[in-house]
Amino acid sequence: MERHLMDSKIKGVSTGTTILAVTFNGGVIIGSDSRASIGGYYVSSKTINKLIQVHDRIFCCIAGSLADAQAVTKAAKFQISFHSIQMESPPLVKAAASVLKELCYNNKEELQAGFITAGWDRKKGPQVYTVALGGMLLSQPFTIGGSGSTYIYGYADAKYKPDMSKEECLQFATNALALAMGRDNVSGGVAHLVVITEEGLEHVVIPGDKLPKFHDE
Amino acid sequence: MSSIGTGYDLSASTFSPDGRVFQVEYAMKAVENSSTAIGIRCKDGVVFGVEKLVLSKLYEQGSNKRIFNVDRHVGMAVAGLLADARSLSEVAREEASNFRSNYGHNIPLKYLSERVAMYVHAYTLYSAVRPFGCSFIFGSYDQDDGPQLYMVDPSGISFGYWGCAIGKAKQAAKTEIEKLQMKDMTCRELVKEVAKIIYIVHDEVKDKAFELELSWVGEVTNGKHELVPKDIRVEAEKYAKDSLEEEDDSDEDNM
Repeated sequence: MERHLMDSKIKGVSTGTTILAVTFNGGVIIGSDSRASIGGYYVSSKTINKLIQVHDRIFCCIAGSLADAQAVTKAAKFQISFHSIQMESPPLVKAAASVLKELCYNNKEELQAGFITAGWDRKKGPQVYTVALGGMLLSQPFTIGGSGSTYIYGYADAKYKPDMSKEECLQFATNALALAMGRDNVSGGVAHLVVITEEGLEHVVIPGDKLPKFHDE
Repeated sequence: MSSIGTGYDLSASTFSPDGRVFQVEYAMKAVENSSTAIGIRCKDGVVFGVEKLVLSKLYEQGSNKRIFNVDRHVGMAVAGLLADARSLSEVAREEASNFRSNYGHNIPLKYLSERVAMYVHAYTLYSAVRPFGCSFIFGSYDQDDGPQLYMVDPSGISFGYWGCAIGKAKQAAKTEIEKLQMKDMTCRELVKEVAKIIYIVHDEVKDKAFELELSWVGEVTNGKHELVPKDIRVEAEKYAKDSLEEEDDSDEDNM
């Protein structure tokens, strides 16, 4: 039963991680760190990509066991792509999140991975969904996840405002990631951010030394 | 009009020399023997009307429904072999339910009607089974996509329509439907016209009593498919009967 507790107790390569997704006026920003670790002692990758694109305007960020997360997102990517072709229209973000949720819930005994799905669709605009470890699906205006998220709940709750501009939102997301990566030993590396709007995608990568500093003397 | 396909019509897995599958055509004949059902799409919804022939005075009123609910937002009106139609309504319900379970939202009507059509088509391929002897009209309303109307026939094809009719008086009904400007009408106006069309195409001589089954889905029902409330139905039937009398009167004047 402890399996369902903290990510850092995962055997094998895990993404002790910080991930987040925030909606703003006209789009959504999804972000993560880039560290993969084994047992919380050895950094197995400094530059892993935790933002997986599952469709043109829908991204997923992964937390937990890397192997489980990659397997699930691969299956979900296929299902969503097939679904979109059958529907002859881009998939709804809710549909993508539901596909992930079904995979997580139906295999909850074997899997140990959680996701944040974020994207833009024509029907409801920018949306963020959390798919938790056991398969819970929840829609929220913004959400944070992974082991590093515990250190920034206060910051996120205090600083989030609905209907931010893109620049304000980028600043909010960057600060949140920097603060979490500064305190969590299993989060680090570079900050990956993707801005998703109706018009398109924008990848922003901020190397560790260019991140905002908070009392780092 | 009808030709006998002697020898080539014994199973659905046989083509005739002129490229026809007779079993499917015979299935469509079964639909033509049933009483009429119509569906019309207007600017803010879809209305269904079914001429339900009452074969015996002992039947309970309102029983033997020919309009089904497939999902909260989808309605289905049928014509043909009712037992086939009932089992297909279960198929449609399962499709809608599985879609919602997998993807978290209402099934789009175009996709639902394509899936049901695919199922119906599968039964036209093998000699071990017979094709379904029923056609149906699906209708739904969604806030973003608006009203939608699709029809599936025994051959397994599905088309989208603004207005369609199935059953014995489908030609006469289609003529009446074409006279309407449905794109500018609201559901409330359309309900009366649908009742009137059913009354017009009903053959008083061959079939005696009938019950009018009316249902709608649209902005007026908040996207939920339901039978038209009793008072609106009564008003629509009165409008229909009055219009028919007017036409009768004007005919007499001409004489």
